[in-house]
Amino acid sequence: MTEVALQAVELVRRIEGTITHTLVNGVDLAVNKGEFVAITGPSGSGKSSLLYLLGLLDAPSEGEVIICGQPTSKLSESDRADVRLTKCGFVFQFHFLLPEFTSLDNVLLPMRAAGIMSEPDMRERGLALLGSLGLEEHAHKRPNQLSGGQRQRVAIARALSNRPEIIIADEPTGALDTKSTEQVFSILRDIADQGQTVIVVTHDPALAARADRRIHIVDGKIAEVMGRSGEEVVCEAAS
Amino acid sequence: MKLIFNIAWTHVSSRVRQTLVGMAGVSMGVGFTIMMAGLMQGSQIDFLRQLVDTMPHITVEDERRSVPTQPAEQEYGAVQMSDIANVGRRPGIKYPESVMSSLRSWIPGDVAPSVRTTAIINHGGARIGITLTGIDPRRELQVSKLAAQMREGKLDDLSRASNGVIIGEALAEKLGLKTGNTVLLVGGQGVQLNSTVTGLFRSGLKRVDESQIYSLMGPAQVMMGQSGVVNQLRLRLTDPMMAQKVAAQVEAQTGYKSVSWQEANADLLSTFSVRDFIVLTVMGAMLLTSSFATYNIISTITHEKRADIAIMKSLGMREHAVRWIFIIEAAMIGVVGILFGWVLGYLLCYGWSKITIFNPLTGTTVPLQIYYSLMHYVAAGGISLLCCAGAAYFPARKATRVHPVEIIRGAS
Repeated sequence: MTEVALQAVELVRRIEGTITHTLVNGVDLAVNKGEFVAITGPSGSGKSSLLYLLGLLDAPSEGEVIICGQPTSKLSESDRADVRLTKCGFVFQFHFLLPEFTSLDNVLLPMRAAGIMSEPDMRERGLALLGSLGLEEHAHKRPNQLSGGQRQRVAIARALSNRPEIIIADEPTGALDTKSTEQVFSILRDIADQGQTVIVVTHDPALAARADRRIHIVDGKIAEVMGRSGEEVVCEAAS
Repeated sequence: MKLIFNIAWTHVSSRVRQTLVGMAGVSMGVGFTIMMAGLMQGSQIDFLRQLVDTMPHITVEDERRSVPTQPAEQEYGAVQMSDIANVGRRPGIKYPESVMSSLRSWIPGDVAPSVRTTAIINHGGARIGITLTGIDPRRELQVSKLAAQMREGKLDDLSRASNGVIIGEALAEKLGLKTGNTVLLVGGQGVQLNSTVTGLFRSGLKRVDESQIYSLMGPAQVMMGQSGVVNQLRLRLTDPMMAQKVAAQVEAQTGYKSVSWQEANADLLSTFSVRDFIVLTVMGAMLLTSSFATYNIISTITHEKRADIAIMKSLGMREHAVRWIFIIEAAMIGVVGILFGWVLGYLLCYGWSKITIFNPLTGTTVPLQIYYSLMHYVAAGGISLLCCAGAAYFPARKATRVHPVEIIRGAS
């Protein structure tokens, strides 16, 4: 039986105001460990909002997000931060690297925040991660000395630094050229193949097609779930 | 914590100009506060020292705090008496020698007898009301600094001339008197006494120098019309600050009104309290104002670093940890600024102590009195650091409360 890495149960996110907007409307979803899931949909469909809920960056109005078997709706903000630090790695469309820090220091940031490893071990792992992404010679460069693709690879290395169960990527190739886009997607595919769960929001159907599963969102709801070969699937864990 | 320091240091060191401006603001605030404190306390201490040096620390007078009970009241306790003349009482302290000997056995200092009366000094057609204090020159050395304040002549010269008097320099100037001149003293009872000026003194307090005259006890008793009377005991303590406590004990023992120098100058000391309050307020305002530079810098950094704050929070750093980054940045600016401020404060104090001011009232040139105290440095530094931390806390709190999703969405 496959192990569920992340599960969403009746997930709803509303923005209250004069007019209430429902960004995510009753999503049920289960993502297995080592699965590569692509979330697609038109602009404003709620795919990024769903991703932020799944990554505990945002809190649902209703429903539950279960990460590695741990329900999160009742956790304090500090505990949610701890779950993000240890269980999730984030990659965004914009790299969000700290500009005054070198690539290596940026990669070391989550490890230092977690404070689990010794400094030499952290540096060794940081250099190994950068090396695995072809950035060994850029380890001591600052973000402004790197190309867009290199920055995004440093951001991926940072996301991987604490060995999280789940990698959450929000349009990671949105600001990249074709070559860099290909590189980044290959890396994400490799990560999933090595057993880590990857959930990625993308507009690019060709790239989404390389995921194990595509979830199409329309108006905050799951409109369609497709397998790698394009067949419609029903998720075992969600049913 | 190392990570927080690392990020804070990176932020501060990558904004050299802003950081230096912030440090300069803190340095100025701390430096000028130390200088102000040193100057204000120095002038106050100098004034009090002059005051304490000029007058006895405690004066025991032949008076009672309350009106003595009348014989009729003693006899008829239930009867309300009014408009009854007090029982006639010979002025002066009873058995002054035995009182002094008793006091000497326990007070931390010394005691001397004196006779105090008022008179009018006549010279060259001018008539000025003065206070005449009859002293014993040998004992006076133990209770006042009159000997050190002599500008011409000595205390012992009082006994070498006929009814010798020592007068203040300011009074001598008013009357055009010099040592060796003769003046006419007229007492309250109409007693007239030709006296010779045997010396001049300067206490530094104009009101004393213009109105105080010293003679031997004999001439003063003659002016009072009471031979052998001693109407004042003057005490000098090893620690002037104990005067209030000792005065209360002396009064309890002797029954005579004992006035400490603090009580005698209560109105002046209360003015000092008001002045202290104003000075502290001004200094606090200076330190607070200097911390605005820090506030500005931290506000700018937190504004510029909104994306960094968002990503740090999204990566899992706790809100208070991110907030600490900015408070530590302010502390770094504050601590270095305070260190420079201490040096600046010391240099300013040193520089000001070299400045001399002409006092038109006394006609003398005196250096500015600066009081050096470690407390000034500790207080200025501590308050400044608190102001810096407060100046950083509020923009940091505001910035770290921002939801990361808002920033991430905005940047995408």
